Amino acid sequence: MEHMPNLTFEEHDFTCQPGETVLDTLLRENCDIPNGCRQGVCQSCLMRSLDNAPSASAQLGLKDTLQQQNYFLACLCRPEQNMTIELPNQQGAWIEANVVKKQLLSPDILRLVLEYETEFHFFAGQFINLKRPDGLIRSYSIANIPHHENILEFHIRRLPAGQFSTWVHDELEIGMELTISQAQGSCHYLPGRAEQPLLLVGTGSGLAPLWGIVTDALVKGHSGPIYLYHGSRDPDGLYLEDEMREMAMEFENFQYTPCLSGDTMAADYARGRAHDVALSSAHSFKGWRVYLCGHPEMVNQTRKMAYLKGASLNDIYADAFHVASIEK
Amino acid sequence: MSATVDTTVNETLFDKIGGAPAVNAAVDIFYRKVLLDYRINRFFENTDMDTQMAKQKAFLTMAFGGPNNYTGTDMRNAHAQFIKMGLDDSHFDAVMEHLGATLEELNVPPELIAEVAAIAESTRNDVLNR
Repeated sequence: MEHMPNLTFEEHDFTCQPGETVLDTLLRENCDIPNGCRQGVCQSCLMRSLDNAPSASAQLGLKDTLQQQNYFLACLCRPEQNMTIELPNQQGAWIEANVVKKQLLSPDILRLVLEYETEFHFFAGQFINLKRPDGLIRSYSIANIPHHENILEFHIRRLPAGQFSTWVHDELEIGMELTISQAQGSCHYLPGRAEQPLLLVGTGSGLAPLWGIVTDALVKGHSGPIYLYHGSRDPDGLYLEDEMREMAMEFENFQYTPCLSGDTMAADYARGRAHDVALSSAHSFKGWRVYLCGHPEMVNQTRKMAYLKGASLNDIYADAFHVASIEK
Repeated sequence: MSATVDTTVNETLFDKIGGAPAVNAAVDIFYRKVLLDYRINRFFENTDMDTQMAKQKAFLTMAFGGPNNYTGTDMRNAHAQFIKMGLDDSHFDAVMEHLGATLEELNVPPELIAEVAAIAESTRNDVLNR
């Protein structure tokens, strides 16, 4: 007798009938799953497996970073084994982490380092939600790569009247406990195609995820050229410049270009907005991989321009930093 | 003539072109061509690129003979705002041009390109509200 696989979704178990896709099973069981074409084109039925990997045929057309995280299209997936599945962008379990370091990197950007004890998985460049004891939540990008010390680094910019950032800068103390979500987002490095040129553009604390991504790429042996453009209006907004320049000295294929868009004239800086400088640096970005982090307008505009200049949209990874509109 | 059994007789145009992966490959090339064409890009400008990409994907899926639920009325309603902006045959022709060029770039055989063009062409009167 053939054994049909089970699906676990929102704490319920469902048995697939012969020939059914994951979407068929869930819809038959009256689960509310967004869906459209049911042919793998529209990608509305995107889901994620939390245990067994879905078949490659159920991941057709998905971004490689999503494939790596076991995302799949429910309409294409005929399960061969049991799977625990969820819809995208679920928060996951919260865990506790302790503040182990606070260091000012620039007049308004703070390096916050947290240590965690629970098992925790992430890719450099992903973001997590930080929760204050009173429940206020903000998203911040992880700036380091995973290593044995179980730490997470964030670059937190003091926003004018920003509730969370002001609290982190002024009141959060070493030893205090914060609650953090599981890592989220698909803006991260994946090995493979090691010879591809990489273009990374960030503004302000958008350097945080990019720094993680560059470090990750170099550690994983990326051999193609890596170009990082970090932009700010004035020199105070740039930070970790010495570390970047050192890294550029150490790795021949890594090039760092700090950019100033304000009136300051200084040697060692490119003049202009980081994305303008970056986009005019090459005639075509065909075959490149592009990472964009920071101001939403910069991210959207650069994404479009890089695409028009030849980069495939599947090769553009973007993380727009939206400032909470309710902040007072 | 009926003596030979053609095993591909039931294969749809969509299958022959390569299904969903072919749509994914084509949309990247097609949408770039459209956005770079000054004759028509004003009809495709949108701050949300992902929404635009999804629309182009739906269009290509239909033109490739794939699953879709387009109706003539949908076509008319979706393009009504562009008629006011002056949408006419010349713009439709430009899109057809990019569709053909995209498929050529992907090395789709000419006879299949002709089939795709015929499907796309069949929407002309609805798109132009005639």
